[in-house]
Amino acid sequence: MSGSQGTPPTHCACTIRTEDLCRHYRLGDTLIRAVDGVSLEVRSGEFVALLGSSGSGKSSVLNLIAGLDRPTSGSVIVQGRNLARLSREELSKYRLHTVGMVFQSFNLISSMTLEENVELPMRFAEVERGKRQNLAHDALERVGLVARMKHRPSELSGGEQQRAALARALINRPQLLLADEPTGNLDSRTGTEIMNLVRHLNRQLEMTVVMVTHERALAERYAQRLIFLADGKLIADQANRSAAGEIKSQGERS
Amino acid sequence: MKLPDLTELALRNLRESLLRNSLTTVGIAVGVASLVAMLSLGIGLQQLASRRLVKSGLFDTVLVTSRRDLRNFGREEQRAGPAPGESRILDEPARREIEHLPNVLEAYPDIRFITELHLTMVGALPSSARSTDAFDGMQGSFFSSETAAEVVLQKSFAEELLGKTPQPGTDETKVAELAAPLLGKELTMRYAQRAVAQLQRPGGANAHAGDSAGKAQGSTSETAYSVISREQKLRIVGIADLDPESMRGPTRARVFLPLRLAESLHVMQPTDLREISRAAGAEPVYSSISVRVGNPTQVQLVENAVQKMGFNTFSILDATRSLRQFFAVLDLFLGIFGSLALAVASIGIVNTLVMAILERRREIGIMKAIGASDGDVRTLFFAEAGAMGALGGILGVALGWTIGQAINFGTNIYLKRQALPPEHFWSVPWWLVAGAIVFAFIVSLVSGLYPAGRAARLDPVQALRYE
Repeated sequence: MSGSQGTPPTHCACTIRTEDLCRHYRLGDTLIRAVDGVSLEVRSGEFVALLGSSGSGKSSVLNLIAGLDRPTSGSVIVQGRNLARLSREELSKYRLHTVGMVFQSFNLISSMTLEENVELPMRFAEVERGKRQNLAHDALERVGLVARMKHRPSELSGGEQQRAALARALINRPQLLLADEPTGNLDSRTGTEIMNLVRHLNRQLEMTVVMVTHERALAERYAQRLIFLADGKLIADQANRSAAGEIKSQGERS
Repeated sequence: MKLPDLTELALRNLRESLLRNSLTTVGIAVGVASLVAMLSLGIGLQQLASRRLVKSGLFDTVLVTSRRDLRNFGREEQRAGPAPGESRILDEPARREIEHLPNVLEAYPDIRFITELHLTMVGALPSSARSTDAFDGMQGSFFSSETAAEVVLQKSFAEELLGKTPQPGTDETKVAELAAPLLGKELTMRYAQRAVAQLQRPGGANAHAGDSAGKAQGSTSETAYSVISREQKLRIVGIADLDPESMRGPTRARVFLPLRLAESLHVMQPTDLREISRAAGAEPVYSSISVRVGNPTQVQLVENAVQKMGFNTFSILDATRSLRQFFAVLDLFLGIFGSLALAVASIGIVNTLVMAILERRREIGIMKAIGASDGDVRTLFFAEAGAMGALGGILGVALGWTIGQAINFGTNIYLKRQALPPEHFWSVPWWLVAGAIVFAFIVSLVSGLYPAGRAARLDPVQALRYE
């Protein structure tokens, strides 16, 4: 497929590479091919959008890259490690240190304050208590939520919740940010706010970003590359040609 | 995850569904309380029974006799030791030696003799006899000192004195009725005193052989003692409701004297006929000595030590041993019944945690998505189960103790109404407290095994999809 774009498959500057990735489910007697032979590459520092209608398999691909799910066949190689071969324990360490995830529904733990939510990954990483509080404070400061640190998610707006989720995703300094419809539950104004933050992370901190969305416009506005999926198959992998939108949005920011 | 974080998260999760977790914890508490209540009742009853047995004075006493006494117990054992004639004499130095053996509380001579004025058996009592239950229903008081010229009468003798001997088939006379006319009165006792005689001339007629072992002939100098009839006035201080045929106190004695007073009277004893050469001396020779041992379990040790000295011993078989066996079985059954409630409570834990998994499915998914390992999730659920167990254990012990105190209190009110002395039959030893809490904790952890495993295996993709 066109995914490799001429780069040799052996080694590349890519941070993510999938090879003939398949994820099949069995539902009763029918076999559902959620991901069916997807091969793609994401270079380090790249901002890639996975596009497709619902059921196209884009979220499944993201879950496989996130190490939340295991492929039925094929491989997911992230930073030289094949996730399909990692043990459950290694996979959880991978999720803890290498990946940060944000979701459409924010997925903050409702019984915890923002501060505790942001601190939680550091508890799993066994960061010292004192250091943890400082880091959580700083992270929330960067997304402008220090004042609401002691509030529970239910007391916040959607945009604020997603900012907190972003702060949590980044707290263990991952190299990879995976976003599953991050603006899906937000109005366009707060959505833009979140996307600007994501782009900032991508540009300033050179984080690799993979975003799943069904909104082509959003993808064209922020991503450098668009990968289209349908019925679990990769149908197109192209550089974002609407560079104008990018410059425009960049203009908005600065 | 580190332990403090784990505990903190577990406790905050427990607080989140406070009512349900509290109810589960109360369930454990009730289970532990029933366990503690049952076991402490068993232990308390055992202690009560042991205390009673020890108090009876039957199982902590060893009777020591000389092998020279050919009419005594232990004929078979005697064959192994030295010939009776060569064995030791049970005298004052021997008594002191026995008293200094380990585990021995006291060793006192058994002084028993027959008084003539009112023909009956007189026995001497050490002051320690007061603490045995033989004198439980006594009217009046015990001797004011070991040398006081005082006397305690057995009930049937008191009846004889008053001419009130009940006809067979009629009701027994109450001790209190007998005590009123007798206490403080004076009783005259006639007895035979053994007095060392001053020999006027050597080689007298009193050298006719009386030594049953037949060895003293010619070997000792000529000795003599005389027997003098004497009277002693005694003040009646108490009437005891003690069966003279029981083995508590001097056998068949119906009149009791303080020990030191009895010793100072130098009453003629049966041994004085056997050990004539010694009886003529100032130091007394005893027919038997009662040895009180600190604990019924040590009776055998003391018996062995005394036998090694060359004396015969006799004791009632240690009944506390079979008693302990009985109570071990009783405790086991009480423990099983008590544990049933805890078993039900542990099912409550399983239920609560399985419910919590369903409820917190999404939360578990989130935790896994942000990097929690299976182990983190498992230990978190374990910690929640353990926290409920420990908390329930502590609450349960407190509850069990309170129930015990209440039952103890109630029973003592009942005993008081029945005119019985109060008893403490409820005992919660520290090991039971610690054991119950640890047991509750372990039971909870075991109950958490399945839910924790299930939570750990939860597929994060499924869990996050679940709304």
